[in-house]
Amino acid sequence: MGLTHQSTGSAIDTGELTIIRTSPQDKVIALAGNPNVGKSTVFNGLTGMNQHTGNWPGKTVTNAQGKYVHNYKNFILVDIPGTYSLLASSVEEEVARDFICFGEPDAVVIVADATCLERNLNLVLQILEVTQNVVLCVNLLDEAQKKKIHIDLQELSHLLGIPVVGASARSGIGLEKLMDSVEEVSFHQRRTNPKSIVYPEPLEQAVSILQPAVEKALTKPLNARWVTLKLLDWDDTLFHSLSDYIGISLLKVPDVAENYQEAKDLLRRSSWSDEKIRDEVVSSIVAKSEEIYQHCVYLENKAYNHRDRTIDKWLTSKAAGIPIMILLLGLIFWLTIEGANYPSELLSSLFFGLQEHLVVFFHWIHAPEWLTNMLVMGVYRTLAWVVSVMLPPMAIFFPLFTLLEDSGYLPRVAFNMDKFFKKANAHGKQSLTMCMGFGCNACGVIGCRIIDSPRERLIAILTNNFVPCNGRFPTLIAIITMFFAGVAALPLQSALSTLMLTGIIIFGVCMTLLSSKLLSKTVLKGIPSSFALELPPYRRPQIGKVIVRSIFDRTLFVLGRAAAVAAPAGLIIWILSNVMVGDASLLSYCTSFFDPFAQLIGLDGVILMAFILGFPANEIVMPIIIMSYLCSGSIMEFDSLEQLHLLLVEHGWTWLTAVCTMLFSLLHFPCGTTCWTIYKETKSIKWTALAFFLPTLSGIMICFLVATFARFFGLA
Amino acid sequence: MTEQIFSLNHLPIGQKGRVLSLVSNGKERRRMLDLGLVQGTTVEALQKSPSGDPIAYFIRGAVIALRQEDAQKILIEC
Repeated sequence: MGLTHQSTGSAIDTGELTIIRTSPQDKVIALAGNPNVGKSTVFNGLTGMNQHTGNWPGKTVTNAQGKYVHNYKNFILVDIPGTYSLLASSVEEEVARDFICFGEPDAVVIVADATCLERNLNLVLQILEVTQNVVLCVNLLDEAQKKKIHIDLQELSHLLGIPVVGASARSGIGLEKLMDSVEEVSFHQRRTNPKSIVYPEPLEQAVSILQPAVEKALTKPLNARWVTLKLLDWDDTLFHSLSDYIGISLLKVPDVAENYQEAKDLLRRSSWSDEKIRDEVVSSIVAKSEEIYQHCVYLENKAYNHRDRTIDKWLTSKAAGIPIMILLLGLIFWLTIEGANYPSELLSSLFFGLQEHLVVFFHWIHAPEWLTNMLVMGVYRTLAWVVSVMLPPMAIFFPLFTLLEDSGYLPRVAFNMDKFFKKANAHGKQSLTMCMGFGCNACGVIGCRIIDSPRERLIAILTNNFVPCNGRFPTLIAIITMFFAGVAALPLQSALSTLMLTGIIIFGVCMTLLSSKLLSKTVLKGIPSSFALELPPYRRPQIGKVIVRSIFDRTLFVLGRAAAVAAPAGLIIWILSNVMVGDASLLSYCTSFFDPFAQLIGLDGVILMAFILGFPANEIVMPIIIMSYLCSGSIMEFDSLEQLHLLLVEHGWTWLTAVCTMLFSLLHFPCGTTCWTIYKETKSIKWTALAFFLPTLSGIMICFLVATFARFFGLA
Repeated sequence: MTEQIFSLNHLPIGQKGRVLSLVSNGKERRRMLDLGLVQGTTVEALQKSPSGDPIAYFIRGAVIALRQEDAQKILIEC
């Protein structure tokens, strides 16, 4: 039926959300709530989908939607970004607000954190001013129980005038009941009866002057009292969205304008400035939240968050905070390097064993020799390299990183690192988006929406690529293992690799800070804006779920993308190396074209070409390098890193080549997906170009300096 | 008992104070209000970050880190 919310005029600002109902009876349910209350877990629990979850505010930055069927009725669930209030200040909060206010959902489910209910009630009360069709889901009841926080859900429901359902979404408890309540509310089988918040006298008077005119002027089903309040308590971005939604600017309606003046005059006479209105509105809501909280929540143990404070004392302490951070990072790398070794070799011997059978098979079907070579030596082998070299580290690093994310540690990283970002005139939440970049730079770029100041958001977007993503780690690991770990005795090898990798990452972080500083001194001048960073309670991550989800949803997805790019890339390499023009292959023409420049920055033509061909997906850079060397050299089989090392050395690799390749891998243009994401996020070719050239130029410069320095002193 | 008035960044770690007023305005003020920092709200200073800034505060059941510049604009009494 294609009934979209966009076609009814409620286009979400970012234009990304189109809700497709399969029938007009489908109910659209908005899933709202503060950041980090387990909204995504509720979403996954209800829809059976796998929205990535993490224990830090701002995880859901785009709207995800999913379907579920309950009692033979269809529900479309829209997971909107977490927000503390409807007074939106960042882009993602605006998206959330606009959907609740103007998206015409049939019901809103607000997920609240049982361990932090007072703060959550704020948003509940604000949403209740907009719509009555609300169900409150008090999530994380299990956590609350552990902390001996008792909540009287019945009393809460009574005081709020809406259904309240207790849940522990992680274990699936309460979801059935939640679906029942949502059904009742969205089909109007149960009347909700929220009591409006009563504001101090002059404001109430002003409302009563303006509300009738607003009521008449409204062309859409909006709560007139709420619109009136928002007109008086002026909010620019909201007013724009409102005008877009109803199709007229309310203040241009003569009746409204007239009464608006009158109401404002009244407030002015009572010496209520705009500031005062805002303060009083918020204070009334906060006071109400506090009152309800006092009525419904009983703390058996007043020091319920003692454990978290103790952990924080260590993890963010002056002496140990930063060392622990680096140690944790190192531990993850060590586990990745150590763990990836064996499966990597296993996979490659498996794949190369299979290769012989493939050749036999092609002969058996009488395929022409060139086709066999092209498909097996070109396509298959490149794919095999991608899977065997890239998959194991990715499959280990990603779940480990997700565990860290789930536990609530990342905001502490931001807390520890904030001073550095402040010195770089950047936003404190940039460390969060930087951490996201470890998983995937494109995700990191989208994640920058949690930064509300446009200037600092741009800085975070432009510099995200300075941390290597999951697709670049394996390249770094492989090079380190081949060229540097060998100097140490066996048990120390992976320790040395870890140390080097950690060093490279720290270097990447320094580059992030340096270029942020550079940007904020040049094209993005300004001082850091204010921000508040929430340090959420620590939670025990769901280890099993994390491993399964991050392998299946993330690793295999990324690998699939890499394979999709690797296959044609392998084909191209094979063709290039087998089509002869004169007495040299096309490949050698290409590489010798790049070679002079590449040599200047410590690489060679093949490496540089691999980076260029790897633009669609960084994962294929190393496999392309290997393929190119194999094609141009004597055909040999390589199924272990030692043999690979020999191959690279045979083609002129020295320690300097290795260092420069690693540096260039860290500092070069973002991959195709990331560039496209940057373009979508900034809507500007100029910024996308800068995001492309900033890391590339700094990479070229640094590699050039390193190479020249090393050569000058005869080190390589 | 003498009431002292100072800005939030001077609140010693482990001590509590009550919000008296916000000095900021516009977006900044709104953000602070969003945190529930209205007049009379109790705030406790919990922990400094390794470099001393920002500082984590306990505000209405949540732990919130504020940079010195922002904490400076919140007047408290205790």
